[in-house]
Amino acid sequence: MNQESKLELYRMMLLIRLFEEALEEMFSRGLLHGTMHLSIGQEATATGACLALQKEDLITSTHRGHGHCLAKGADPYKMFAELLGREDGYCRGRGGSMHIADLSNGNLGANGIVAGSLTISVGAALSLKMQKTDNIVLCFFGDGAVNEGSFHEALNLASLWELPVLFVCENNQYGMSMASENAVAGGSIAQRAESYGIESISIDGNDVEEVFSTVTNFKQNIKTSGKPMFIESVTYRYRGHSKSDRNLYRTSDEINFWKEEKDPLKRFIGKLTEEKTELDELKKIEVEVKELIRDSVKKALQSPESPKTNLEEDSYA
Amino acid sequence: MPEMTTGQAIKEALSLCLDSDETTFIAGEDIGVYGGAFGVTDGLLEKYGQERIKDTPISEDVIAGLAVGAAITGSKPIVEMQFSDFIVNAMDPIVNQAAKLHFMYGGAVNVPMIVRGASGGGTGAAAQHSQSLESWFCHVPGLKVVTPSNPQNAYDLLLASFIDPNPIIFMEHKLIYKLKSEVNLGSLPTDSSNLGKSKVVKEGSDITIVSYSNMINTVLNAVNDDSLNNYSIEVIDLLTLSPLDVETIINSVEKTNKLLVCQEAPASSSVGTTLVSEVASSRAFNYLSQPPKLLAGLHSPMPSAKHLETTVIPQEENIIQYVKEIMNNE
Repeated sequence: MNQESKLELYRMMLLIRLFEEALEEMFSRGLLHGTMHLSIGQEATATGACLALQKEDLITSTHRGHGHCLAKGADPYKMFAELLGREDGYCRGRGGSMHIADLSNGNLGANGIVAGSLTISVGAALSLKMQKTDNIVLCFFGDGAVNEGSFHEALNLASLWELPVLFVCENNQYGMSMASENAVAGGSIAQRAESYGIESISIDGNDVEEVFSTVTNFKQNIKTSGKPMFIESVTYRYRGHSKSDRNLYRTSDEINFWKEEKDPLKRFIGKLTEEKTELDELKKIEVEVKELIRDSVKKALQSPESPKTNLEEDSYA
Repeated sequence: MPEMTTGQAIKEALSLCLDSDETTFIAGEDIGVYGGAFGVTDGLLEKYGQERIKDTPISEDVIAGLAVGAAITGSKPIVEMQFSDFIVNAMDPIVNQAAKLHFMYGGAVNVPMIVRGASGGGTGAAAQHSQSLESWFCHVPGLKVVTPSNPQNAYDLLLASFIDPNPIIFMEHKLIYKLKSEVNLGSLPTDSSNLGKSKVVKEGSDITIVSYSNMINTVLNAVNDDSLNNYSIEVIDLLTLSPLDVETIINSVEKTNKLLVCQEAPASSSVGTTLVSEVASSRAFNYLSQPPKLLAGLHSPMPSAKHLETTVIPQEENIIQYVKEIMNNE
């Protein structure tokens, strides 16, 4: 990977981190209505996966989807506007944090139902196959999703019909408060995919280069074989499940270990500087990203609210 | 015009959809070689091949979800729930996804898909293969619910559903599949304005009977009974349950002053109760000379035995009795 691409990975992880930290701040100031699910600590998976794709490749996302959305090319201004209920938001204030879709960049949308996007990704992949394109669908879901029936139906059909789906399980080790190790019989998420004849791998989801290279290779394999593939990307969320979480199900030692030892940004900065990237260069990117966030928030706060008219008609095309 | 069954008319409509749009495919359980549990898709596999006539595993969740994913990425899926009872295994893709994506994403995406399902009782198939669950879907903004009752309207409504850019629940009562009549095999309509319109299928001036799906056929047989010869009965087939064409019913009740709604489904939170409340709270209230009545299926799972099944589903004699009671109150 060249230096430019590496800096792009860094920039994107930082953008996601600062975007969500800005949301937290707005939430504490009472500017946001409703809850949200932050992916702080998981930026490497969203970044490495999406930056390995082309614009024409599709993704489906989850309730914890801000990172996927940004990494697939979304405009932070339109995302802030969405969370603030503004007309300029991606969904004109109808979707909010959990339902941002950005079709122009191939993001088929975040989903509030655990495993809700798995069967959708299979249908989207069928469309791509019928259209004879070279593109794939990358389906994000969490460790909680692998115990839903639709996970199994989706993997089974994608394998039978040889559909171009890359299933990416972001195993952040908790489905809300339920530890993955107490929820997944048999112990291995990746092995479940193998039982459907889908080649799978478990990777360090906090190593952005590992995610990037795995997705790059797997996408190539899918294009060659036409068959779905599966990645379990092991990561960790620092914040609670949502804003109501008191973190009663895990220790602060555990959280601090991941923050100190495994943080994707910290690790990547360490690697970049080891490889002789100048700190000034990283600082320059940080200043640019901070400015982008600041300007986007300011502009979103000044943009008009969505009008209340025609909500009943809005349900139908 | 050729004479054919409703099942054949639906197949003709499906063929026209497949012919007119190469992004169209059909997916479902046993729809290929088997030809569908009720024979509706018989022969389509030979004609269109397995790329477009797709037999699926017994996996209703992914059948519906795949339709959603395909619909938002440029395809026009038509999927089948072998028995509409099995749709309960597909509620998330239909209710949380298909119905809501257009709204949730601020209009950025359409979900043009049809979910066909064989509904209703009368076949002795018992409690898990005989339900009339259409009201469930009327409760969900974003879905349209269509219930044909004969070969011609099944053909026309399926084509209109295909043209419509929204997710459609298309409930085919099992007892209409073998009904036979001449069918005008028209071309694809240019719009879907056919949906959301009820139809006066028999004009009258003394009482309005509203029904839908196969129950409309039971109603039409009942009103031909000699014992009702003295009454001029208007019969309206709803055809689309969501959106519900209340205006046609209100206009009719203003003329007849009396309303009887008949349905196979149980009454609670149903199309029939909605309709009665809509009419009672409309300008037609002042025209009503009798309380509006709903004759619905019993609040019971469908029994298997024939004599019990006919107790649960309203029969011709029940309809005749209700009409007489209403008319004798005058």
